[in-house]
Amino acid sequence: MSAALPLGAQERGILSEPIFNNNPIGVQVLGICSALAVTTRLDKAIVLGLGVIAVLVLASLAVSLVRNHTPPTIRIIVQLSIVASLVIVFDQVLKATLYEISLELSVFVGLIITNCIVLGRTEGFAMQNGPWRSVLDALGNGIGFALVLVLVALIRELLGAGKVFGFTVLPLDKDGGWYVSNGLMLLAPSALFIIGLLVWALRTWKPQLQEKD
Amino acid sequence: MEHFLNLGIRSIFLENMALAYFLGICSFLACSRKVETAIGLGVAVVFVQTLTVPLNNLMLRYLLGEGSLSWISPALASVNLSFLSFILFIGTIAAAVQIVEMTVDRYAPALYNTLGVFLPLIAVNCVILGGSLFMQERDYSLAESVVFGLGSGTGFAIAIIALAAIRERMVYSDVPAGLRGLGITFITAGLMSLAFMMFSGIQL
Repeated sequence: MSAALPLGAQERGILSEPIFNNNPIGVQVLGICSALAVTTRLDKAIVLGLGVIAVLVLASLAVSLVRNHTPPTIRIIVQLSIVASLVIVFDQVLKATLYEISLELSVFVGLIITNCIVLGRTEGFAMQNGPWRSVLDALGNGIGFALVLVLVALIRELLGAGKVFGFTVLPLDKDGGWYVSNGLMLLAPSALFIIGLLVWALRTWKPQLQEKD
Repeated sequence: MEHFLNLGIRSIFLENMALAYFLGICSFLACSRKVETAIGLGVAVVFVQTLTVPLNNLMLRYLLGEGSLSWISPALASVNLSFLSFILFIGTIAAAVQIVEMTVDRYAPALYNTLGVFLPLIAVNCVILGGSLFMQERDYSLAESVVFGLGSGTGFAIAIIALAAIRERMVYSDVPAGLRGLGITFITAGLMSLAFMMFSGIQL
């Protein structure tokens, strides 16, 4: 690594590619597992998104630093223990600072460990690349993931409860306003529908992503 | 008895891992192109889930939970290591999967050929870790965790096999270009999730 961290065209590509063209959720179908259940409210989605970004960046950095000392036979165990330790730290920090939100996120903080994006990036990128590039790649993928999460949460909270961050934006009819809330948005199926429609929109915008089948 | 039946039904239908909690959605979407693959993955998940949830329950009871180390010495009664549960759970799961894989390979080669490819995948499947974490959060007893493990695994298997069957039929339909593949699968899963919601409120 040179003295100043380089951010040339190639590095910028590593950072920006996963945000739109190769979005982990929209294109690679990774990491939706633990994500969708927390999208009923925007604040939960943002906290989990930040958690995934932090864990992903630090795990990629750590895996990349030890990549030349890791025998290939035990690399998955090494990666898993790095990721699990980071998630434990994030969980403890969350419990200490934002206790209410940590209760609501319940098991989904722990599930960052098995989030396919994290292992996918450490295994697929950080094992072959230097620390700086791995961090950029992790940051790009983390932001791409968090963006979809926040977008889904925004749609669900706005249409389901008429609120953004808990503040009323569309006054509900039962409180004397004009907006009749859509209860489906607060239930599980809506998250799947919204992601499906987002994928449709993304692939109409970028036709090269369409599947042949 | 009734309590266990209720728990079983709830974990299969109401709190379906894939359709209500979105756990294991990655493999849910990736391995549901063909019914055979889906059955293989489904059976493997049921198997591993029924094994690891009770195993992790024992871990929690005798190694991690508050006061659980008192069987070694009374002086350790105040130790609470439950914050380490994530790393221990994933370790147990990885080890269990490895042992299952080797045993199946040794004693049932035919089964190994069907399940073999899926077993390593399962070690990092959200359903498996999620099952153990729910067990910890809801504080299940050993017997309850056996029922919960079996039920949540079965729920996932039912969901993925049904989705695969629907997707096989979908070949004959004219889906808009941008929605083909991933997009329509999400919409289908959403409709299935909607259908599974009709089970809510069922109690024995």
